[in-house]
Amino acid sequence: MKCQKCDKMATFHITELTDGKPVEMHLCEDHARKYLSESSGDPTPVGGMAAALAQQIAIGQAAEELAQLDQQSCPVCGITFFEFRSQGRLGCPHDYVCFEQQLQPLIVNIHGESEHVGKRPNHSTGDSERRTQLIRLRRELNAAVEEERYERASQLRDQIRRIENEES
Amino acid sequence: MRLDDLTQQSGEWLRGAGPESDIVISSRVRLARNLADFPFISRTTLQDRERIEAILHERVEAIAAENDVLYLDLGKLEQIDRQLLVERHLISREHAEAQGARSVAIDGGEKFSLMINEEDHLRIQVMQSGLDLNSVWEQVSRIDDSIEEKATYAFHERLGYLTACPTNVGTGLRVSVMLHLPALVITRQIDKVFRSLQKISLAVRGLYGEGSQAMGDFYQISNQVTLGLTELDLIRKVSDIVPVIIDYERQARDFLIKESHESLHDRVSRAYGILRTAQTISSEETMHLLSSVRMGVNLGLISDLNIPSINELFIRTQPAHLQKLVGGDLETTDRNIERARYLRRCLNKENGNRGTAEHN
Repeated sequence: MKCQKCDKMATFHITELTDGKPVEMHLCEDHARKYLSESSGDPTPVGGMAAALAQQIAIGQAAEELAQLDQQSCPVCGITFFEFRSQGRLGCPHDYVCFEQQLQPLIVNIHGESEHVGKRPNHSTGDSERRTQLIRLRRELNAAVEEERYERASQLRDQIRRIENEES
Repeated sequence: MRLDDLTQQSGEWLRGAGPESDIVISSRVRLARNLADFPFISRTTLQDRERIEAILHERVEAIAAENDVLYLDLGKLEQIDRQLLVERHLISREHAEAQGARSVAIDGGEKFSLMINEEDHLRIQVMQSGLDLNSVWEQVSRIDDSIEEKATYAFHERLGYLTACPTNVGTGLRVSVMLHLPALVITRQIDKVFRSLQKISLAVRGLYGEGSQAMGDFYQISNQVTLGLTELDLIRKVSDIVPVIIDYERQARDFLIKESHESLHDRVSRAYGILRTAQTISSEETMHLLSSVRMGVNLGLISDLNIPSINELFIRTQPAHLQKLVGGDLETTDRNIERARYLRRCLNKENGNRGTAEHN
């Protein structure tokens, strides 16, 4: 059997039941996909949602303010707000703290809520914020090594070891 | 256990057992977690990724000691093996295609899959055949607790567990139920169902996530929101709606049986006929036809097949599985020929007519 819309073989046979009366459609793969996707509407892709909403934040801003906002960067991981806006992914846990003002409306927009009420880690979470500092120290260490500032690098290495040992 | 053993078994989620398993394929829960002292994946150096992998690997080994666990370094796997894991829902497409140190630990029954260095440092996933979200959640939560004993997760007093994407922040929980809804598709009611689900902020996706809607009439329903509700409330949100959709699907099937019995029986029989005799067939057409056959079996229109063996065909006719079964790389054209041959062999054997395929 030929496809109703072209000369290819019809491999999809769709029964329409509008008004309770079955109507048969015979379509090739391409046309069937087109037909089905036209009628089913696109659900919002979850992964791209943060990026889409972050773009919206941008719309409400004056160009000058936006340029300023985009250049702000996280002192811990170095990601700029612009980079987050374009990728929809954050750079480190501290971003939630340093971009709090910008993220707050975004989070409420996504979840309709702004406070976690579920499960918590069993051991102290104050730990978690202190450990975040290790991200900054390691980044500084890498930079120091690259710039051949070895004295600074060795200080940083000691500092990192100290924190790592305290925790374990 | 070795990777190749996976092709020999059908996997937990296709077992075709458990509550409501004529319509509910599987229940799945995953948690997203990150270590507090490393950047999120997009800002990590290769060295960071190796260290994250090493730390979490050790934690996973410790809790997995008593189980038969398959630990796979994805960077060292062939592309086809990574594809095989994607087809079995044991890793995500992104995880398969990413760069740098990344791995997955899978238990022998293919229920657990712990993905390291996916979009987040750790993704804990548990799957189970049929509808049973609470038991799946308990297992996920237990694994989460034992990993947390010796690892410090990124956690914020007000926002909860911190994730690379703000869409997962809070609980980091994604609860999803995979449903087979052919009658709602045939009767064109599926859009209506989707629209009402979106209104209560539940997401609907195809068999392999976004952009795979029409594949085999499989749909995954999951929570969109992860913050401001407890894990149990999020689970309840999904598990409360599933029986309603099951009921719609059953009503649509009844309607088809009553109002257009011949046309339905014809559709199912033709699908079965093509699968048993085709000489070349694409993956999509196979899924589409198997979907009709699966419904036909559930409605008693086909009596010489059972659900577990159809479920198995859904997965074994996927490109990577097929190539593993044949034992070599195949181009699309050859794959379509092999797929048809495999289907003829399985379905004619099931039917007790062994040998008919060989006459072709």
